[in-house]
Amino acid sequence: MSYTFFQQYWWFLISLLGGLLVFLLFVQGGQTLLSTIAKNETERKMLINSLGRKWEYTFTTLVTFGGAFFASFPLFYSTSFGGAYWVWIIILACFVLQAVSYEFRTKAGNLLGQRTYDTFLLINGLLGTLLLGTAVATFFTSSEFTINKVNLTNPVMPVVSTWDNPLHGLEAALNIRNLFLGLGVFFLARTLASLYFMNNICDKTIFTRARKQVLFNGIPFLLFFLSFLIWTLVSDGFAVNPGTGEIEMQAYKYLNNFLEMPIVLIVFLIGIVLLLFGLIRSQSKHPYTKGIWFAGTGTVLTVVCLFLIAGYNNTAYYPSVTNLDSSLTIYNSSSSEFTLKVMSVVSLFVPIVLAYIYYAWRSLDKKKIDKTEIEDKRNHVY
Amino acid sequence: MHTIDTALVDWSRAQFTLTAMYHWLFVPLTLGLGLIMSIMESVYYKTGNVFWKNTAKFWMKLFGINFVIGVATGLILEFEFGTNWSNYSWFVGDIFGAPLAIEAIIAFFLEATFITVMFFGWNKVSKKAHLTATWLTWIGASLSALFILVANAWMQYPTGMYFNPENVRGEMINFGEILFSPVAINKFLHTFLSGWMVGGAFAVGIGSWYLLKKREEKFALKSMQVGAIVGLAAAILLAVTGDQSGYQVAQKQPMKLAAMEGLYEGEKEAGLVAIGILNPKKQSYNDSIDPFLFNIRIPYLLSFLATRDYKSFVPGIKDLMEGGYENSDGETEISATEKIERGKIALQALADYKQATANKTGTEADAEKYKQIVEDNFKYFGHGYMDSPEQLIPPIAITFYSFRIMVIFGVFFIGLFMVVLFYLYKKKMDKLRWLHWICLLSIPLAYITS
Repeated sequence: MSYTFFQQYWWFLISLLGGLLVFLLFVQGGQTLLSTIAKNETERKMLINSLGRKWEYTFTTLVTFGGAFFASFPLFYSTSFGGAYWVWIIILACFVLQAVSYEFRTKAGNLLGQRTYDTFLLINGLLGTLLLGTAVATFFTSSEFTINKVNLTNPVMPVVSTWDNPLHGLEAALNIRNLFLGLGVFFLARTLASLYFMNNICDKTIFTRARKQVLFNGIPFLLFFLSFLIWTLVSDGFAVNPGTGEIEMQAYKYLNNFLEMPIVLIVFLIGIVLLLFGLIRSQSKHPYTKGIWFAGTGTVLTVVCLFLIAGYNNTAYYPSVTNLDSSLTIYNSSSSEFTLKVMSVVSLFVPIVLAYIYYAWRSLDKKKIDKTEIEDKRNHVY
Repeated sequence: MHTIDTALVDWSRAQFTLTAMYHWLFVPLTLGLGLIMSIMESVYYKTGNVFWKNTAKFWMKLFGINFVIGVATGLILEFEFGTNWSNYSWFVGDIFGAPLAIEAIIAFFLEATFITVMFFGWNKVSKKAHLTATWLTWIGASLSALFILVANAWMQYPTGMYFNPENVRGEMINFGEILFSPVAINKFLHTFLSGWMVGGAFAVGIGSWYLLKKREEKFALKSMQVGAIVGLAAAILLAVTGDQSGYQVAQKQPMKLAAMEGLYEGEKEAGLVAIGILNPKKQSYNDSIDPFLFNIRIPYLLSFLATRDYKSFVPGIKDLMEGGYENSDGETEISATEKIERGKIALQALADYKQATANKTGTEADAEKYKQIVEDNFKYFGHGYMDSPEQLIPPIAITFYSFRIMVIFGVFFIGLFMVVLFYLYKKKMDKLRWLHWICLLSIPLAYITS
């Protein structure tokens, strides 16, 4: 197996982690729906505890996404995290707020009061989804940075990557196309959360309200997401000349990527169909609780394919407009062949991880959350 | 021309240090309490006695709170490598990233998945499955400590790599060497066990608090028993791994050892400073001021610790700066000034190499020549970024005192756990209020030691 194979394999794994992460953002989406779906303390508790048993998966997937990116494409890690500093720091900060909130909100004698923690959860749900979507959109819309590895030989300023925009990442949130994807992810997370509540909680009132939210959030999601998608497909993309490694703008690059990689296109369309099926079925059939599985699988497939057209088929996945030749491709930013091989052996653990997550998820969700369980003092509740 | 502001570097260091310290307030307790709660649940599983289930549950709750903060600060630390040390991420990412990614894939998911089973699965999975989940949570936490310490050990003692001038970065060539580097193994054991000691001291201290308040006496005594056994085992093993660490520091990082000992002038048959007060008047490594106001030495011990030979020579800071002695590889050490010069030669050769290959201005032979120069001098590559030799000397006072505090408290805890176990065995523990106070007040000491 060649170096190229391992670079593509790792880009696929990054894409898969990205897909799983976006699906798991339903936890964040749910955090923004607490006051909308719950009208009293017991209902609120049911929602929080339902999400509280899943938040660690999202969190760990985010950590793994970062770790895997570091190990497989370190130049992205150093360029983006060091350069687009503010956008990443805000994302991280709001995830810290989240972790603290679940554990402390109902602890006796907590300093800040339950409402503060619920506000933290809201902030995490809002900014976490919006900014992650915005950050990923820059894979298509580009950033502003320059990379010069020879700088390392300058003892006074040994800096490989320089960010060329003084806003250090915040500028990404000022780009309309980025915001479309950010808002798309935000509403998708809320839609998935509503579907998840319908599946996970056994309570008629919550079910009815969540079902309504699927509609209220599903429609804006589709609007924002499709706007981003169409805009991207008709825009110029960042193509790599496979002979020279030089980057050039190419019309309809991302559309062409779909057409030149028909399997990716087919999987992408299957993803969209599954997502839509999950949404529509939850409205047309009553009571229908399995929507989350269709919409969730659809989300993973769709996001994976978006990552693949950003990185495969001679495309720069992290383009720079200020210096086209600094743009990152999966070939010029990856780890050495040896490291990728070692990591690939480790990646064989991934199916085991997925298997035990499946086991744990199933054994805890066999019995749905209901009022009696939440009000029983002997149980560990948030 | 842009330069890096040293104030910026200091801020960046401060932010990273604060996060790391805060992280370390929670992690050792997680490692220790995880073991303690797992043992308690095992006893419940064996005996079916609900008392042990409730006791385990109490400690699990504390474990949970701790775990969450550890996780949250850990996330920040992981990404701070990118946000604060972006060059480092590139320069060694090929090697350093791997243990972090492995940690996430193998350890974090194990912890995160089974901690939910541990908390929410009491009535949903079988007793056996629950016990397995609890142990797996602890194993996950321990594995994550292993991989991050492998990464840290590699920073202290880089191995299994070579420098690739083409990509301007270090690249991994032997993963086994990184994973099983003696520094990594020892560092893991020492740090991991220090977590047990903190957990033990915590359980003993909290138990004492309950005894002082005269509440839940049975729970308090049994918790203290488990805590003291775990703590004592850890404290004794820590002395062994600590001795190993000392040896490795002497071999791989002689400057760190010299700083830890306040040893300016190297000597044969060197003694170890048991206690001492540094002389604040000492400004430079080569002024003739005595570095100590007062000190008590244990003869020969430093030589023995450093080389396993009580007669051998241990280099001091002055020797390290001036070179000229025989180092542990049997070669004559070069002076700091020369190291910096050779570092600058490596940097310049690297720049020439890149120039020659990029613009095709030079011949292939030129490129090869520069590459060879880089290779020959790469050992001192980092030195090339120094302005003056003095920058190579770490802060003496903080390393010197913190090392002494750690050792003294370590010995104290061996004694404390023994005393607690003795009185528990004599069934007098519940009466001794003075001992309860000592145990309670020792909790922060355990953190400082760790």
